[in-house]
Amino acid sequence: MTLARRIIPCLDVDAGRVVKGVEFEGLRDMGDPAELAARYNLEGADELVVLDISATNQGRGTFLDTIRRVAEQLNIPLTAGGGIRTLEDGRSVLRAGADKVTVNTAAVKRPELISELSQQFGAQAVVLSVDVKRTGPETWEAYTRGGRDATGLDAAKWAAEAVSRGAGEILLTSIDRDGTCSGFDCDLTARIAATVPVPVIASGGASDFDDFLDVFQKGAADAALAASVFHSATHSIAALKKYLVERGIPIRLSK
Amino acid sequence: MKVAIVDYGAGNLPSVERALQKLGAETERAVRPEQIINAQAVVLPGVGHFSAFVAGLHERNLTSSLRMAHDSGIPILGICLGLQAMYELSEEAPGEPGLGFFRGEVRMLPQNVKAPHIGWNQVERRQPSQLLIGIPDDAYFYFAHSYAAPGDGDEIAAVCNHGVPFAAVIEQKNLAGVQFHPEKSGETGARVLKNFLESVPQ
Repeated sequence: MTLARRIIPCLDVDAGRVVKGVEFEGLRDMGDPAELAARYNLEGADELVVLDISATNQGRGTFLDTIRRVAEQLNIPLTAGGGIRTLEDGRSVLRAGADKVTVNTAAVKRPELISELSQQFGAQAVVLSVDVKRTGPETWEAYTRGGRDATGLDAAKWAAEAVSRGAGEILLTSIDRDGTCSGFDCDLTARIAATVPVPVIASGGASDFDDFLDVFQKGAADAALAASVFHSATHSIAALKKYLVERGIPIRLSK
Repeated sequence: MKVAIVDYGAGNLPSVERALQKLGAETERAVRPEQIINAQAVVLPGVGHFSAFVAGLHERNLTSSLRMAHDSGIPILGICLGLQAMYELSEEAPGEPGLGFFRGEVRMLPQNVKAPHIGWNQVERRQPSQLLIGIPDDAYFYFAHSYAAPGDGDEIAAVCNHGVPFAAVIEQKNLAGVQFHPEKSGETGARVLKNFLESVPQ
C-alpha cells in the first residue's frame, strides 16, 4: 500500500476560457475549460485545479459557471480558486462543484479566513496557495497578487502558520521558475515539505519528464502541478505517468 | 432503481448524484425521514466535521429513520464521513454519538504521517468484498480525511494504511461503507458504486 504521488494539470481561466500568459503578447487562448478538463480526466490526471486569473467581481458568475461545467466532466477531485476573499466566496466555489478551495492574497491580509474555511468545510477542503521568490540560498519570501506584491513573510513560516490555522495542503509556486521551463525549484519544495505536516503541491517551471522525476525524488513533493506543458499536448499525462512509474515513483496508472 | 442520497446540509452532493446517475440509478435528495424509510437504497455521503454531520441529521430527524432503514434491511452505503458516522463515537466530536451501527471509535490519524491523508492510495483486502468485485488488488482510490475508523472489526472488508491500518471498506449485512470517495476515484470508484447498486434487491 503506497500513497501515490499526484500529477495535477492546472487551468488558468479568464472570462470562461483557458489562457496562457505569454511575454510581450499578453494572454493566449488555450481552449475551452470543460473540453480540456474532459481530456485530462481521460488521460489519467489525479486531480484538476481551476484558477480564475482575472479574479474580478464582474467575472465571478462566469467563473462559477466554469466550475460547474468543468466539474460535470470529472470523476477526479477538483480544486478551484483565484480571488477568494470571504467564507461565502469559498462556499460558492464548493457549491458549484469544487472539492477544495484555494486561497492566497486574502489569506495573507486576513489569516483568519483559513481558520473560517477549515472549520466550516474541513482541512481537506482548504488549500493555501503560496507564491514565492528566492531571497537567499535557503530562504524564500511569499508574494501576493499574482507575484506583484512582496509580503515580507518568510514562505516556510507562513506555510506553517497556515497549516496551524487549518490549511490541509500547500500549493507552492516558484515565481522565479514559473514560465521559464527550467524545472521545479526542488530546494524550495524539499524545505517546505520538511516544515509542514500536510501535503505539498509543487508548481512552477515544469518543462520535461525529468523535472517531474526530480521534484518527487529530490524535492519530496507530494504532487506536481503544471499548466502549459500539458495544454500544448506535446506531453500527455499518460506518457508522463508511465515514465515516472518506470523509474520507481508510486503513481496511479488508470486503464 | 431509486437511491436516496441523504442531504444533511453540508455535503457536496452533485458529484455523488452524477456518478450514480451515470450508472443508471435514479437519485433523490433525502431531507425527510420517510424518503429514507421508503428508499430502495440509501447513500450517506459526508465531508467536513463529524459534529456538523451528526447535528445535521438530528435537525432533520433523519437519525432514527437511518436506524429504521438499517433494521429493515435497506442497503446503506456510507461515504467518507458517512462511513465514520456509522460508528459509536468520534474523537473529532467527543460526546456526540454517531449512529452506532458498528462498535468502536473513529480516531485522528497519527502524528507521524502527513494529515490530512489526501491522495490516491491502495487497500488490502481482509475478506471477500461485494464492493470490490472486479477491481484489481493494486487499484487506487482517492482519500481525503484526517480521522479514520478502526481497522480490526468484523465488518472490515479492506483496510488502508496511513500511519495505522484503518477501515477503508466495511460490509456487514445491508450496511456498507468506504472511507475513500468513489465519486472521485475515476473508473475504479464507478465500479465500487456499480457493485453497491448491484447488491440492492430488485
